[in-house]
Amino acid sequence: MRVLAAMSGGVDSAVAAARAHDAGHDVTGVHLALARNPQTFRTGARGCCTLEDSRDARRAADVIGIPFYVWDMAEQFHADVVDDFVAEYAAGRTPNPCLRCNEKIKFEAVLDRAVALGFDAVVTGHHARLGADGRLRRSVDHGKDQSYVLAVLTREQLDRAVFPLGDSTKAQVREEAARRGLAVADKPDSHDICFIADGDTQGFLQRQLGDAPGDIVDGRTGERLGGHNGAYGYTIGQRKGLDLRVPAADGRPRYVLSITPVTNTVTVGPKEDLEVDTVTASRVIWHGTPTPVECDVQLRAHGEVVPAVVTVEGETLTARLATPARGVAAGQAIVAYQRSADGDIVLGSATMTAGVASEALVAARA
Amino acid sequence: MLDEALAAYVAAAREVGNPSSLHAAGRRARRLVEESRERIAAAVGARPSEVIFTSGGTESDNLAVKGLFWARRAGSLNRSRVVTSAVEHHAVMDSADWLGAHEGAQLSWLPVDSAGRVDPASLATVLETYAEEVAVVSVQWANNEVGTVQPVAELARLAAGAGIPFHTDAVQALGQVPVDFAASGAAAMTITGHKVGGPVGVGALLLGREVSCTPLLHGGGQERDVRSGTLDTAGVAAFAVAVETAVSSQAASAQRVGDLRDELVARVRAAVPDAILNGDPADRLPGNAHFSFPGCEGDALLLLLDAQGVCCSTGSACSAGVAQPSHVLIAMGADDDRARSSLRFTLGHTSTLGDVDELLAALPGAVERARRATAWKTPR
Repeated sequence: MRVLAAMSGGVDSAVAAARAHDAGHDVTGVHLALARNPQTFRTGARGCCTLEDSRDARRAADVIGIPFYVWDMAEQFHADVVDDFVAEYAAGRTPNPCLRCNEKIKFEAVLDRAVALGFDAVVTGHHARLGADGRLRRSVDHGKDQSYVLAVLTREQLDRAVFPLGDSTKAQVREEAARRGLAVADKPDSHDICFIADGDTQGFLQRQLGDAPGDIVDGRTGERLGGHNGAYGYTIGQRKGLDLRVPAADGRPRYVLSITPVTNTVTVGPKEDLEVDTVTASRVIWHGTPTPVECDVQLRAHGEVVPAVVTVEGETLTARLATPARGVAAGQAIVAYQRSADGDIVLGSATMTAGVASEALVAARA
Repeated sequence: MLDEALAAYVAAAREVGNPSSLHAAGRRARRLVEESRERIAAAVGARPSEVIFTSGGTESDNLAVKGLFWARRAGSLNRSRVVTSAVEHHAVMDSADWLGAHEGAQLSWLPVDSAGRVDPASLATVLETYAEEVAVVSVQWANNEVGTVQPVAELARLAAGAGIPFHTDAVQALGQVPVDFAASGAAAMTITGHKVGGPVGVGALLLGREVSCTPLLHGGGQERDVRSGTLDTAGVAAFAVAVETAVSSQAASAQRVGDLRDELVARVRAAVPDAILNGDPADRLPGNAHFSFPGCEGDALLLLLDAQGVCCSTGSACSAGVAQPSHVLIAMGADDDRARSSLRFTLGHTSTLGDVDELLAALPGAVERARRATAWKTPR
């Protein structure tokens, strides 16, 4: 196959490209320049869009012995990922920019361009398995598994994706990189959000959205407990930084229960009011398993799975959770997995719109 | 490197000796340096003392633009204007910008026409308007991207008439078109080794004997006290051989390469009828063919042609490696899309008709494919 290896400058994508090359594919390396001004994104070894990363990717391509180019994806990245990130927060939801980048950049803009230029597939260093049966599975390295942020990919996108690392642990990947003489072998993992240089998401949103003062109210009584400078600064399940002047009657800590952009209100309440046992979601990607189906669902990146019954009807996915979950945030993905000895299988994914407590659950609280 | 230049390099590199030393080994090195200086001077129409060895084109351009500016301003604080063209190499442009940002220089950018050519009348106007302010004028001999040859002698005459030092970056021109320092009327001229088959890392600034230039590098006072630093004897020897060879073979080479380039241009136009030849159609470097391919992105074309063994270049890349729309094409009036759709094919003394055949075998398919790949950009 003629394949395009997306090379971030990190160890994973370098080893993925090397393995594709070893497997006999005709591999071309491409680094995606995502920053409008490369210096403004993370400096040093933490992100995926710096000048240093571009050089690291180029050096890795040299060592592997494949051609290498830089593609300017800054405009698409800004429109589809950064602007979307800000708009989602403004709408009271909690976006996942890495998932969005996979969906819109790596496996849409880049993949489409690659196919148009005569490539058969895109290779990335994601930790996930995509076997001969074409089903997306978790990586053998559960701690590094990235199937959650790939589950948004459609059948057509998966058919043109190659993930060579799914059968290896991160430690094995690093060891192999060192063996291959790739200088990125001991480069630290990237984390946080690559387009927020200082890691201060709140400060970034504040600069983008400005001050928007509003109320913090009690979810049960409706009483005003305090104020905020922008509802976008809060996440469902957040406990710290509420700065409430009025102590709770029972003295117990309070958590953010919901964010209502229309009234610019942040609603708080006790921990148990965070619990939901029914989740609805839209923008469904489903790979054909008949529903209702008993499976596991994951409600946030690196979160635990919860057993559930998932039903897909038209454009809506509904999950009834066997045990209540807390901190379910609209905008995050729900991913359904079927347990399997050779890696749990992704059944489908959707974007959560609401988490609600059933009458039984509400009754149990009282 | 040319074989002759490499041989001269190796022979000189075997010898030990610092040309600044007074002992026998030093004298041998010194002699080789001075003979090389004389050979270069003879080849480019300069006097030996006018050859200031440097580390190459970038240093020579920096030395000329900054050094002439500082020297002129030291004579009169009013003289703080740098005049240069909108299509210069970054070594000149960024030096001028730096003087603007850090030394309070005023900048005048001479525009170019759609062929990339500076109109001498625009320089005349600037010199008239700012007669007492201009410190230095710098306009390239030929453009490194689109190949347009500038009316250097005319520009130099205008500057000299106003009593202002004129510098020209002749890196692209030497060995490609006739270059004569004295006849050009320039006060300073940049040349470099690796563009004429010599080593990378050695070049020269030709600097008129009466022209005052403040040094960038201070130290041992070598090179008329304008450029301190121990000379690279072997590099200088190889540079001299390369310059001599390039100049002596210039006429024949320009004829052969120019004919080959004309063949390439005609065949590209036949194969891709809407391809636009950029640069001056007649007055251009013989080895340069620069096109815009409407509807394509240059970096996609480059990838496709590279995969078929054809080497070509897009404009210039930023430090991250992203192809930027060329400032040269923008200055010529091209929009961003046309600038991004451009590709340069350079022919040299090793190029053959077979290379042109190879390019034409790959090009139509690559253009068609690149056009389809542009669709990914259109919003869904």
